[in-house]
Amino acid sequence: MKLFNNFNFDRLKNSLTKTRDNILTKINETLSGKVKIDEVTLEQLEETLISSDIGASVSEAIIEKARKLLVNEKDRSVDNIKELIKNELLSILRMGLQQKDKEEFSFSNKPYVILIIGINGSGKTTSIGKLAHNFKKSGNNVIIASADTFRAAANDQLQIWADRVGVPIVKVNTKDPSAVVYEALSIAKKDNYDVVLIDTAGRLHTQKNLMVELNKIKNVIKKFDDGAPNETLLVLDGNSGQNALQQVKEFEKYTDITGLIITKLDGTTKGGVVFQIVTDKKIPVKYIGVGENVEDLQDFEPSQYVEAIFNT
Amino acid sequence: MLEELTEKLERTLKKITGQGKLTEANISDTLREIRRVLLDADVNYKVAKQFIDDVKEKALGKEVLLSVTPGQLVTKIIYDELVKLLGSNNAELTLNPSGLTVIMLIGLQGCGKTTFSAKLAKYLKNKKRNVLLVAGDVYRPAAVNQLKILGSQIDVPVFSIEGSKEPVTIASEAISFAKEKGLNTVIIDTAGRLHIDEEMMNEAVAIKDKVNPTETLFVVDSMTGQDAVNSAKAFHDKVDFDGIVVTKLDGDSRGGCVLSIRSVVDRPVKFTSLGEKLDSIEIFYPDRLASRILGKGDVVSLVEKAQEHVDEKEAEELEKKLLANKFDFEDFLKQIKMIKKMGSLSSLLSMIPGVGSAVKNADIDDRQLVRVEAIIHSMTKEERANPKILNGSRRKRIARGSGTSIQDVNRLIKQFEEMQKMIKMLNTKSGKTNMLNIAKKANFNNMKFN
Repeated sequence: MKLFNNFNFDRLKNSLTKTRDNILTKINETLSGKVKIDEVTLEQLEETLISSDIGASVSEAIIEKARKLLVNEKDRSVDNIKELIKNELLSILRMGLQQKDKEEFSFSNKPYVILIIGINGSGKTTSIGKLAHNFKKSGNNVIIASADTFRAAANDQLQIWADRVGVPIVKVNTKDPSAVVYEALSIAKKDNYDVVLIDTAGRLHTQKNLMVELNKIKNVIKKFDDGAPNETLLVLDGNSGQNALQQVKEFEKYTDITGLIITKLDGTTKGGVVFQIVTDKKIPVKYIGVGENVEDLQDFEPSQYVEAIFNT
Repeated sequence: MLEELTEKLERTLKKITGQGKLTEANISDTLREIRRVLLDADVNYKVAKQFIDDVKEKALGKEVLLSVTPGQLVTKIIYDELVKLLGSNNAELTLNPSGLTVIMLIGLQGCGKTTFSAKLAKYLKNKKRNVLLVAGDVYRPAAVNQLKILGSQIDVPVFSIEGSKEPVTIASEAISFAKEKGLNTVIIDTAGRLHIDEEMMNEAVAIKDKVNPTETLFVVDSMTGQDAVNSAKAFHDKVDFDGIVVTKLDGDSRGGCVLSIRSVVDRPVKFTSLGEKLDSIEIFYPDRLASRILGKGDVVSLVEKAQEHVDEKEAEELEKKLLANKFDFEDFLKQIKMIKKMGSLSSLLSMIPGVGSAVKNADIDDRQLVRVEAIIHSMTKEERANPKILNGSRRKRIARGSGTSIQDVNRLIKQFEEMQKMIKMLNTKSGKTNMLNIAKKANFNNMKFN
């Protein structure tokens, strides 16, 4: 009869070695008066962070903090260093969430207006299709405003999404996006819609004229309801690097961003620049895009996201 | 911002001055600073590390000449190394002189393939090629329509098969169509695809095998971060391409991803694309991007842009007037028109070294130029030629006529007087005035109108 059928000798040996190493390290430190910290691991972790687009300064700060915490830490194993850093990343994301994510969607004031903004090719239209699907699925009456009056065939693209999801879309033959927004909000009010999703043209944050136009759209919405838009979501391409922070800063000058959608996270990119955005701007990440189907928009889960950064 | 970098480097290098040689110990801080600059520009971690090691090797043991500071010396080594890595000479697009040239575009979603395909079509049409655009993106809703609209804007035919979900068939039929119609250049736009999507990558390979392109171009967004190495390498290994196109360079990203891509894939950058206007396409100059990555302005581009749009004759006339101190509002108006032709004011300003970072914070509204134009348009010929006669009532009339305020008019006149003074100064200083210098100074002046 085997008493220890799940006994794993290797594991025991490993943990014993670790314990012995720890003891040896302690003795060494006591003798030399210096705390020994695993610099190789820290450097590897710094590489992981920077390679996720978290940015040099934030990554360095996190590693520095971990180094300080380690001085008082008994367990200095690689796993525990990782754990420390994960916790730090999580606390950054949660800090951002606490600031602005207190109220959930509330439809007391109908319609609930969501303005979608972002640079060219970030995935605004696709995100709108997915958002419309989600809202409809949870039993809301959704209407889409096609206010990208600039891009060739933008109307057609949004129409196809609207058909796919089965929601109406407001298109106006005009070059003025504010006119479309006005029309859509009038219809939404008259016909008692729950949610209005407004698609806007992609604009680089460096194009001042187009940014001013965004401000104008915001003002038209405010004429309908001073509390609207209830949400202004900035769509960021998950592939983007440090420039994403610049995008947030510029868009923030003309609109009040209430949340972020990070798209294209189904590839190998991590979109880590959000840590800097959350730290500097206290804007929460609301959704992530993970594919081209209507179902592929997920709620942002900080802990899962942080895990993903360390899964290579 | 080049000044900024050099200054930073100077600070870290201060302690070596007088030591005569760059050594491991005395340049370590400097190298850390460079690493930071590269990482902030989105250069991949590993690539930045390798780059620093290379620079270190080049720099160690270098004698610091008396004529340059250690900071300048290190900046020079970094810059040269960057230019070398980005590709030492500009690579031209291969075009078959006779027979068919087929160009295929590939890349991730949203990187700008469709817009670029139309730009390339226009560029080649201007080079007297007979171009056919092929709508090979059958997945993204309305991608085919988008290309059709762009095609009609530049008067280039677009080939598509209604309702077809077979990009391989579309591509091969487009080739037959081009041959039949006697068109010699085919540009195939393909769907954006993720590099880890095996099925979609195989599709790209299938299209490529079928049409055997003269050039396959990988299109990449200049704002891409660290992951650029992974996607570029996957596209290279699976589909392979002949050149790279960098898009959205009209933004303020530093474009470090290009350095990352060039270090994992030995393919030249062939074009850069900067904006939504269909003629904003340029061939690639490694030295300019090197400056941009280091945060240094792009003077060369600016000078060339000016040369392209400045009418030689008008320039000569203007120079004569400047020399004679006879620069009036009429000339000022011409200048504004020229500047407008060159592109948006903010994009022009961002190319001037030292202005890059300042512009980011300054609010530059291109419509200011329109306002200035309106004010000058509201002046009589006499007033334009002789601004001295602009008294209070004239100013009031001009403000009303141009829909601006008296303050606006006053400000413009004041700016103009300052500009005249500056020109006078320049004339006495050098005796001879360089047109481009004046153009540049004029830009700075316009900036103050805000």
